Amino acid sequence: MVYTLKVNGDTKTLNIDGDTPLLWVLRDHLGLTGTKFGCGVAACGACTVHVDGVAMRSCVLPIESVSGSDIRTIEGLARADVLHKVQQAWIDNQVPQCGYCQSGMIMAVVAFLEENPQPTDEEIDSAITNICRCGTYSRIRKAIHQVANTE
Amino acid sequence: MATQSKAMKITKRALLVGGLAVGGGLAVGYAYLRDKPGTAGFGAFGEPGAALNAWVKITPDGRIILAVPRAEMGQGVYTALAMLIAEELEVALNQIEVEHPDVDGKYANAFILTEDMPQFRPVIWLVTRVASALPLIITGGSTTIRDGWEAMRRVGASARMMLVDAAAERWGVTPEDCTAKRGAVTHAPSGRVLRYADLAEAAALIKPPADPQLKSPAAFELVGTSAPRLDVPAKVTGAAEFGIDVRLPGMSYAAVRQSPFCGGKLVSYDADSVLALPGVEAVVPVHGGVAVVAQTFWQAKKAIDALDVTFDDGGNGALSSQSISDLYHKALDSGDVISVREDGNFTRALQSSEKTLEAIYEVPFLAHACMEPMNCTALVKGDTAEIWLGIQAPTMSNWGAAEGAGVETDKVTLHVTYMGGGFGRRQEMDIARQAAEIARAVEGRPVKLIWSREEDVKHDSYRPVVLSKFEAGLGESGTLTAWKNRLVLQSIELDYGKRNLPDMLVGNGKADPAILRGAADLPYALPHYTVETVLMDLPVDVGYWRSVAHSHNAFFTESFVDELAHLSQQDPYAFRRALLSQAPRHLNVLDLLAEKADWNKPLEKGRGKGMALHDCFGSVVGQVAEISLSEQGVLRVDRVVCVVDCGMNVNPDTIVAQMESGIVFGLSAALYGEITLESGRIVQSNFPDYEVVKLATMPVIETHIVSSTHTPGGVGETGTPAIAPALTNAIFNAMGQRIRVLPLKNSSFLSV
Repeated sequence: MVYTLKVNGDTKTLNIDGDTPLLWVLRDHLGLTGTKFGCGVAACGACTVHVDGVAMRSCVLPIESVSGSDIRTIEGLARADVLHKVQQAWIDNQVPQCGYCQSGMIMAVVAFLEENPQPTDEEIDSAITNICRCGTYSRIRKAIHQVANTE
Repeated sequence: MATQSKAMKITKRALLVGGLAVGGGLAVGYAYLRDKPGTAGFGAFGEPGAALNAWVKITPDGRIILAVPRAEMGQGVYTALAMLIAEELEVALNQIEVEHPDVDGKYANAFILTEDMPQFRPVIWLVTRVASALPLIITGGSTTIRDGWEAMRRVGASARMMLVDAAAERWGVTPEDCTAKRGAVTHAPSGRVLRYADLAEAAALIKPPADPQLKSPAAFELVGTSAPRLDVPAKVTGAAEFGIDVRLPGMSYAAVRQSPFCGGKLVSYDADSVLALPGVEAVVPVHGGVAVVAQTFWQAKKAIDALDVTFDDGGNGALSSQSISDLYHKALDSGDVISVREDGNFTRALQSSEKTLEAIYEVPFLAHACMEPMNCTALVKGDTAEIWLGIQAPTMSNWGAAEGAGVETDKVTLHVTYMGGGFGRRQEMDIARQAAEIARAVEGRPVKLIWSREEDVKHDSYRPVVLSKFEAGLGESGTLTAWKNRLVLQSIELDYGKRNLPDMLVGNGKADPAILRGAADLPYALPHYTVETVLMDLPVDVGYWRSVAHSHNAFFTESFVDELAHLSQQDPYAFRRALLSQAPRHLNVLDLLAEKADWNKPLEKGRGKGMALHDCFGSVVGQVAEISLSEQGVLRVDRVVCVVDCGMNVNPDTIVAQMESGIVFGLSAALYGEITLESGRIVQSNFPDYEVVKLATMPVIETHIVSSTHTPGGVGETGTPAIAPALTNAIFNAMGQRIRVLPLKNSSFLSV
């Protein structure tokens, strides 16, 4: 089947199996490897991207269910050479360690802050459920507050 | 710590190698000379001569490239090593680019692993075994083998001195009148300046100094500061390349199915059941199971799920966590006991004790669950193989790939990428061997093998199940007089060795230091101190898990010390203090911990605090955990105060980050972590049933670093051991319930 997606502003047409998860479409067909495979069951959030502005876990999203959607990935977050303020806050707070979960983490946080620009800690806790095995959570929280200017 | 002290006795001739870099410019590296060849057929050790370690290159266009044949897995090693070089070379940190050199047969030398990476102790003991087991004769002036603290600085200082000499020669002045600063050499009397870039080629012709002058720590400008990490920018844009991101022209993808039974073997499979599916190219039997190769990963994944395949149970169909626990409890009393430490006379001391105490502790298997599932990309062409992966142990991966591809070890080129977590899992060569086996079957075509999360969880090299029994006695004034600890567990050395090393290097596991650390080397004054092990043999793979034996032994010993403190009616802090009169470094950490955690300030009802102290990898760590229990019995870890003495600091912010990281890793295990068996199969499969700490369950962590002049110790693993006992001691403090079995989620009175 032929599917059309808008990915980071560019229109892409793909002839692939309809059950292929968006994650593998991005990684293997479009070469956008910033979005990561972590669990395959939408449990860890490493594959989080924006689908029509909503943070979604792409490892369980068949391409046929998102055909025609506007997809934003970690590669499309910065504008030219200017990092998104969440990415900058990640650098300022030296968040990443191994870094593998951070693309998904950043995409989840960007969408969350677009929806709720000044969240409380409780709201952060219930919204950001991505897994980081390096345990960078304290710095993630600090970086979110820096962007939200709530600390 | 017998193995470490042996490591220190290995002497060798170390030398600095200088010379012209490919394409011009200066290259300075650090190498070790071997005087005799290794065993025939053991390629990595086949050649005498220099095995080059890390090196720095200065190109004529001014780039400064540090090549370290090891991988960054989040612990900040790239930045720390670059800081040591930059400090002595007199350049800014951001002028240095760090790269992975490809590891070919020549560099796939075990000594590479021993250098400059204190976090990698588990590999170091292994390397010590390798070195002592092989007929290598390494002679000459003894120098530090344990870390890059000195070696990397020597490289930087040597390059700097060669650049200064080159400038002095060009100007016809004495080097003493020249100074190096910010990437340039200045001749102060005349005011002339030359950039390193312009001196690099000339400097390459200068003989490296025999004894480069190192800065005194007091003169450090960069080392000891919280410089931003070099790898962070690429990790916020998705640009950092992990093993799973490798893309090669014409690449195929592979998915694998391995035996669901521990020790089970592949009986049969019906390739025809999937060969007609879209994109499927081949079905290949591999070590441990069978793989499908397809045009895309999703096609390979669907095909492997559809493949008609049969495994036997390896005769282990009756094995379960319960049967293992029963077996271990039986072995505790009737197994073959190996004595590993016997100071004084425990039996007599116990008999004359005023009070005695016995306790049995137990911990489960644990998976590493790195965020990046195991993966490796391989290409086999004729008698050569190339592999791409993020790996902690390139040497073993080189051997594994050679075996899988059916080529000689010196025909394997290994490209090392970033790792999405390692934690000890990536010291195994299984993934490299499988990828090479698959690539061999589709020779000439690169193949990327990716394990599903389920395969990753079910085919790990687990932290072992351990049963630990204590007996102790207190004297008249409540002082600890007798201590006996018997540990029942699998030998990691033996198990890892069987999987990863040639037969000649597999130990007998008898006094496996990897399972005794943190139990047989306690800092406390224990005049009558006995430690024993009973080694078990199970068809479940065990391996190195962040902090290895410290991860369980700290839980056992520091919980039991807490029990004894209460038995003696002493405060746990005061009780530990009294046992540390001969250990000033530990005492200092403990005192600072008590101060920073407001130890003597009581908490309100429903809350509790617990303390633990542990030393490992050359560092000493103390932690206090504060918890609260709701009326419904829900446990929350509120705050962890951590004090670390890891010697002189290279990068304090990295130290803090590693303490936070180690604590969260240990906390996930203490709260939720367990791999269990039913009917010979691993029960858990993915994050929904192998839970970990998330933002909502993350405590506040406060880390304090002790100002220290000790040689730098490790920080990558040292945060992990103390958190479990600090937490369970806090639960006891809050509610008088002693936790002797982990994880806490199985304690019926708590819901976490």
